[in-house]
Order: sequence, then C-alpha cells, then structure tokens
Amino acid sequence: MLLASCAGLNGFACKKPGQAEQRASGSSAGSNAITIGHYASMTGATAHFGQDTDKAARLAIEQLNAQGGVLGKQLELVTLDTRGDSAEAANAVTRLIDVEKVHAIIGEVASSLSLAGGRIAQRRSIPMVSPSSTNPKVTEVGDYIFRVCYIDPFQGKVMATFARDNLKFGKVALLKDVKNDYSIGLADSFRSAFEAAGGQIVVEQSYSAGDTDFSAQLTAIKGSGAQAIYVPGYYSEVGAIARTAERLGLKVPLMGGDGWDAPDLFKIGGSALNGSYFSNHFATDTATPRAQRFVADFKAKFGQEPTGLAALGYDAVLVLADAMKRAGSTDPRALRDALAATKNFEAVTGSITIDKDRNPQKSSVVLEIEDGKAKFVALVAP
Amino acid sequence: MSLSQLLQQILNGLSLGSIYALIALGYTMVYGILKLINFAHGEVFMVGAYAGYFAALGLGVDQAASGGGFPLHLAALALALAMGSAALLGMAIEYLAYRPVRNAPRLTPLITAIGVSLFLQNAALLAFSPNPRPYPPILRELRYEVGGVIVTNVKLAIFAVAIALMLLLRWFVQSTWTGKAMRAVATNVDAARLMGIDVNRIIRVTFAVGSALAAAGGILFGLDQIMINPSMGVLTGLKAFVAAVLGGIGNIQGAVVGGLLIGLAEQLTAGYISPDYRDAITFLILILILMLRPQGLFGLVRPEKV
Amino acid sequence: MFWLRRAGIALAVVLGLIGLELALEALLIEYAQRILLLAGINVILAVSLNLINGTTGQFSIGHAGFMAIGAYTAAVVGTELAPGIEGVLGPGLLASAIIFNLALLTGALLAGAAGVAVGAPSLRLRGDYLAVVTLGFGEIIRILFNNAEFLGAATGYFGDRPAGLPPYTSFFWVLGWAILVVLGIRNLTFSQIGRSLIAIREDEVAAEAMATPSTRLKVLAFSLSAACAGIAGGLFAHMQAGVRPEDFRFEKSIDMIVMIIIGGLGSISGAVVGGVFVAVTLELMRDLQEYRLVLYALLLIVIMLVRPKGLFGDRELSDIVRARLTRPEASK
Repeated sequence: MLLASCAGLNGFACKKPGQAEQRASGSSAGSNAITIGHYASMTGATAHFGQDTDKAARLAIEQLNAQGGVLGKQLELVTLDTRGDSAEAANAVTRLIDVEKVHAIIGEVASSLSLAGGRIAQRRSIPMVSPSSTNPKVTEVGDYIFRVCYIDPFQGKVMATFARDNLKFGKVALLKDVKNDYSIGLADSFRSAFEAAGGQIVVEQSYSAGDTDFSAQLTAIKGSGAQAIYVPGYYSEVGAIARTAERLGLKVPLMGGDGWDAPDLFKIGGSALNGSYFSNHFATDTATPRAQRFVADFKAKFGQEPTGLAALGYDAVLVLADAMKRAGSTDPRALRDALAATKNFEAVTGSITIDKDRNPQKSSVVLEIEDGKAKFVALVAP
Repeated sequence: MSLSQLLQQILNGLSLGSIYALIALGYTMVYGILKLINFAHGEVFMVGAYAGYFAALGLGVDQAASGGGFPLHLAALALALAMGSAALLGMAIEYLAYRPVRNAPRLTPLITAIGVSLFLQNAALLAFSPNPRPYPPILRELRYEVGGVIVTNVKLAIFAVAIALMLLLRWFVQSTWTGKAMRAVATNVDAARLMGIDVNRIIRVTFAVGSALAAAGGILFGLDQIMINPSMGVLTGLKAFVAAVLGGIGNIQGAVVGGLLIGLAEQLTAGYISPDYRDAITFLILILILMLRPQGLFGLVRPEKV
Repeated sequence: MFWLRRAGIALAVVLGLIGLELALEALLIEYAQRILLLAGINVILAVSLNLINGTTGQFSIGHAGFMAIGAYTAAVVGTELAPGIEGVLGPGLLASAIIFNLALLTGALLAGAAGVAVGAPSLRLRGDYLAVVTLGFGEIIRILFNNAEFLGAATGYFGDRPAGLPPYTSFFWVLGWAILVVLGIRNLTFSQIGRSLIAIREDEVAAEAMATPSTRLKVLAFSLSAACAGIAGGLFAHMQAGVRPEDFRFEKSIDMIVMIIIGGLGSISGAVVGGVFVAVTLELMRDLQEYRLVLYALLLIVIMLVRPKGLFGDRELSDIVRARLTRPEASK
C-alpha cells in the first residue's frame, strides 16, 4: 500500500531515482535553467523587507538573462513567502531544496529567519547568500552560509560613534525588540561601543515585535534624562514608537539601524521622525555611477526608488551569478568555494570581498530623516 | 520613578482600561443572558476598528500622519457607521451560529464560539491583508501638559466617548422597556417569556448593543495605538473578557470597573515591572479571581442546581 | 505463556517499525517525511487531549502550554546529557536513543507535574470557566518561556550546536511513542478508572454521590494528558532546529481542539483521524494558512450545527466495524 501511494504521489512526495546523482553533477540533465530559491517575508508586518529585496533580485535576474544568462543557461527565481515567521522560514528552505530543487538560495533579510533557514541549508549543503541579515550568528551556522552586507558589531559601532562624536550625546536610552536576534545583537553592539567611547546608557527598555502600546516604555525613558533613544528595531514598530514618543512630549531624536529601511516607516512615523538618524547600506543621493544605474533601472521598472535592502538583494544575485561563473558549474561544493573566494566584486552597495568568516567588509552610511525623506549625512568605513 | 511619571502611567492605564471596559460590556451582557462566552466578540471589536478605518477613508479623511484631522460631524458619522456595521455583524453571528445551538449542552456553543472567532479573524486576514495599517487621524492631535503629565485630545476623547456610551447604556438598561426586558431575561429566561417578552428579539438587541460598543472601542483603540491589524482582537478580546469576569460577569458596573482595573494593572506592570509581563498580569488576575472569588467583584454567588 | 506472547508481539512491532523507518526514509522526500512525523505527533496530542476533554468532559483549551513544557525540558535535558552519554558510549544510535528517551521522559514528567499544578485548582471550576482558566494558564506558561533569558527568551532555545538541536525525531520514535500512548490511553479508558471518568463527564454530581473521588480522578486524567502532550512536545522540538515560544501560542491549542472535535469528542479512533487530518492540512496548506484556519473554523461551526458528535461520536472504529459485521439479516 505504501508503494502504491508512493506511485500515486510520485511527482510530489517521493524521491526520484537518480536524484542524488543529479544534484552532485551540478547540471540538471535535461533542464536548461538554473533555479535560485528566494525565501522572503512577502507578507506580514515586515512585508517590505521581502518585497523590496525580491523586486531587485528579479531585476538582476532579468538583466543577467538578457546578457545571455549564466553558464549558457537562463536563471530562474523561485520565491517563497516566510510571512516573517522563523518556522515558516525553515519550511520554505526545505521546500525550496526538496520540491523546487534549487541550486542556491538567497535570503533572508531578518536575521532570525536567516538563522532558521540557514540551519536547513547548511544541513543540506546548499549554498545560501543572505542579502541583508546583519547579525554575526547567521554566517556562523556553517560554511555554506554567506552574506553580502556588513555585520552588526560594525553597525552598532557606526551609530555609537556618530552619536558620540557628531551629535555629542553623552546619555542615550536603549529601546530594543526582544523578539528578534537582530535587534538584541545590534543593541548589544551599540551599548559596548557607546560605553567604550565614554557614553552612558541611562535606561534600557524593551518591546516585542507586534506590540502596539509603547507608552509605558517611553514614559520611563522620558524620566531618565536621555538625550536620544537608540531603537534598533524594524520599521513596523519604529514608526509607531516615534509617534508615541511625540505624543508623550518626548522631543529627543531617535537613532536606529538598517531595519528602519522601508517607505512605510515615513508613512507611519510622519513628522515625528524628523531629526532622527539611522545607519544603512546605501544612499540614493550619493551613489556611485554603478549604483546610479541601478537606481535608474529600478525606478524605470518599478516606479519607486530602491531601498538599501533592495540594493543588497540585487547584489546578492550578482555575487551568486559571479560565483557560478567562476566555479564553472552549479555544483554546491564548487559554488561554496567560489563564493568564499569572491574578491573585489564591484557591486551596487560597494566593493565586496568575502572574508574567512564569509562576511564582506563594507562601509555604512548614516542618514537623517527630514520631511519623509532620508538624507545622506555621513559615510563610515570599517 | 517620579510622581508625574506615575500619573502618566495611571492616565494611560485608565484610557486603555476604558477601551477594555467598552468591550467587556458586550461580553458581560451576552453572558448574562445566554450564559455563553462570546469568543467572537474580540473579532467584532477588530471589525469595528476596520469599519471605522474604511468609513474614515471613504469620507475623505486627510491621511497625513499629523494631518488636520476631521471635522467633528464627520468623525461622529464614521463612529456611527462603524458601530452600525458591528451591530449588524453581531446580530448575524447570533442568528447564524449561536441560535441554532442555544439549547445544546454547554460545550457545543463554546466550540461554536471558538469557531466563529477563528473564522472572523482569518477572514479578516484574507480580506484586509495581515499587514498592519496606520489608523487615519480622525481627530487632529493636540497635546496639553498638566504638571508634567501629557494629555492628548485622543485620550480625552476616549474618556469622553467611553463615559458617554456607558451612561447611555445605563439609561437604556434602567429606563427603557427593552432595557428592562434585557434585565428580565438575564434573571430568568422562562419567567420573562411567560411575561410576554420576545426573548429572541431581546437577545438580538443585546448582541447589537454589545457589538456597537465594541466597535466604538475599536476606533478609539486605533486612534490611541496608531496601528491596527486583523489579529488585534484576539489578545484585547481576552483581556476584556478577564475584565468582565473580574467585575462579575453579567454585571454592567462590574464590567466597567473590571476594565479600568485591568487597564491600570497592565500599564503599571509594563511601566514598573517589565513590558514583557503586561499580558501575563491579566491572565494572573484571571486565575486569582477564579480561584478566590469566582463570582467577581460585584457578582452574586449562584449555587449549582442539580 | 501470556508474557511470552506479549513479548513476541512487542518484538514484531519493533521490527516492523524499524522496517517502516528504513522504507520511509528511502522513499519519501524530506517534505513528505515531515508530514508523517507531524501526523504522528498530532495523534499523541489528540488522543491525550481527548482523554480530558472527551472522556472526562472537562474542557481544557490551554494544552499548548504542556506541550511547551515538554518541548523545552526535552531540549535542555537532551543538550545537557549528550556530552556525558556520548562520552561513555560514543556518538551513535544507542547513545542518541538513550539521550532522546531520557529527555522525552523528563519532559513528560515535568509536563505531568505542571498538569497537577494547573489541574488541582482549576478543576473545581466547570464548563466555560474551566476553559478560560486553562487558556490563561497556557498563555502564562508561554509568556514565562518567552521571558526566560536562559532559555533564549523570545528567540528560542537551540541547544549548543550551531546547527541547532540534534534531529533525534524519526518515524521509529514517533510511531513507537504514538502506539504506546494510544494503547495506554485506550486501556485506561476501558478500565474501571475510565468508566469513572465517563461517569464524571455524564453527571458529576451523581458520580460523586456514588463515591467517585471526582476531583482526584479529574486531576489524574489531566496530568496524564499533560504528560503525553509533553512527550509530543519533546518529539516536536527535536524535529525543528529549536524550541520557540511562538510555536505554542493559543493557535496551537485551537489546532488540538479541531483534532478532537472532527473525530468526535470521546473517541480515540476519532482523535487519531483528527490528528492526521490537521497535520496533512497544515503542511499542504502552508501557503494558505488563513484558508486553512477558515476551513477549521467552518468545520467547527458546521460540525456543531449538524453533527456535534463528530465523525465517530463517542464510538470507536472497532465498534463501527463490529456493528457492520453483525448487522442482522433483513427478515423476508
């Protein structure tokens, strides 16, 4: 009965004989496309993370295919929605590998989700490139996991140094999201860097992604005498936090990280965000010619300006394609080695050289928010 | 831990509590009459909030986050529209899901209620998308500072609307014929029927009124909390239910007092113990009250008849 | 003679399970394997919840909390024991079997203890109130885990290996434990104690008048049910890379209720069917989560309206088969 049902579900549930050999040889005999899997938060509170990254990734695929593809084959992107949930992320990666039979994976934006998906990818020995997860633990999962963005020990230091040296703040409050690894890690990096520079964290408060009421935490911060609040969370809450702070008469600037990077931030936060700062990967108003071309292409195709996360999505695909070309095949092990050997690759967000920890050394920009727009203020090198 | 900080927390707690009170009234009235926990009530609250959202957008509110708000009469119209749609929803739920199982053993309506709640929540997720939305500024935001405590006109509106609705409800229940009939049905269904009261109609009215109040709570919640999403009814509904139990389920004054107490407890816990436990405190209160005084603060002990 | 036969059957079952394990591993892709594992875990959950909700008639809707306790405990115990036991026996099948089962049993023990702690005060309440209190306890347990720093708080507990918890969960263990739990609860249900539980369900006051120690029995059933949920939790934990509070929200308790309602409150066969149904729909409708839950909601409502007893009512599959087979001939 088992075999009968197996025959019935053949296309779906059962392993095809010879599947193991197909994977190892790296070229899908008979298939003339290279499939890249993308797991992203396309819906949910952080839908912009996934949607922006996916759009840029598709743009990259389109452009690569127009130039003849990679290794003589066309590229294909399969996107699965993680809904912003880490169990879904693990499932999505499992499905990408088992059902969609991808050769490599791009994802995720949120570090917690990249950790969940990365563990699966590592176990199954499929290379994964995270476009914008900044928590250091993500690439520590194993040798098949890479990223194309900087990591949080650096990002925390960027804002800490900026707060201390440029804005001359001595007392800062911390408001972190305890529900995700990114926020916790970035808060820790900021704290150590800020205190090392002589600053003082006067109070630490926390919230959970999904919370709507921040008045208790902000009231406590108000009484602490902080000159600014570091909010290393996702845009979905930061906007509401800014508005609540304004309502409580808390007039200090907010500071944050690349989790702020989405157009919805301004839609929700409005004028409450004026005079706030955040670190990011990319600034549209001071980009290199290469980046300017990307911005123009993105705007032409999607009718909106790309966010920093979108730029990283674009770069992730390009780096992956470049590694495939250098490896000469899509064999997972060869691809892994080629990715690890990436050197001085000219990407939109800067020059990418992958170090021994599978992370690149990149600069960060600091942006200031004024009237619903982020303006470039500073560039900080590692 | 200054005094103004404490007062601020208390103020925020009371305004949150007023919203809980509005929702708790619906729970308490339905339980008083049907002895049924209307699990779907939290979802009616959520639908009310969305109804207000769409009504405001439809009436042309200025969407800019710190926008000029709405002329008062249009705001009232949006409120009325939302309350009306919620009332219709409440009556529909009663008619379609609860009435057919009214005489079934206790467990059946409970499961039905859970089913309706699950249905509404996910239907809303499908219809409205899971992405949270910022609430349109139906009222223009103004801030006043009194002795270090910030009071916004939104908070004042919450108090004003909540108190007004509660007084209205009290008048309704005490002085109108329908209200008295509601109290009669809550005391003894069969006797009420013998007195010529159309019990079905009264039950419908109860659901309508409770749902309308929840919708008002939904709009106020949206204005206060800035963001709404289709899952907002689950936890808030539960907390409001606890408020109803705390006050004595079936008792209207109890629902109000319970709501305020829960709101205060939540805000003070979030401010002085940890925001992580703000939800836990409500459940703790639930357990304590059911262990120590199951009839609630204002409730009466009812012996179980064999 | 009797025990020899029993031992023989047990050995046959074990060999059968090993065979099944090897066959399924070879034939099915990981995705389909996952569905089967989930189905097995759900069966354990459904049958154990059925004991308290169905057989004893005490409506508990916070069972996800006990599953969470089992999951976390098993994960921590497994992580702590692994270095010691593997040091002695070397990493391998025997070591992991010992570690895994010790972890599961510890999880069951703690979950059962929690069942007593929750049940003793709560089971004085009836009907709706009991339901809400168990909901409250379930949420409190989850919130406690959510804030426990040493267990990873909101981001979860992943053991001490970079790839997460070791994947001990396999068909052999899931099916093995499922068989144990189903048999155990079945024997309990059809025993003297089981009859007392049913009596409590039908009319508690009358049962007490017949000298049934109803509170004690209720708490016993409750904690047993919690312990089994704990086993399911431990199995679930080692199927994932880690344990997160997110996995044990109220939605999980609702899934469990759907399992037993579909099959019929009080029927073990029904619970098995319900458990499999939920697992299959969960995986197949992964992308359509909201539709899946709308489906469950409609099922709950329609079943209550049309056939409150569910698929099997309170009969078992064996009853139905027997009834069919012994149907009297129509007289001519």
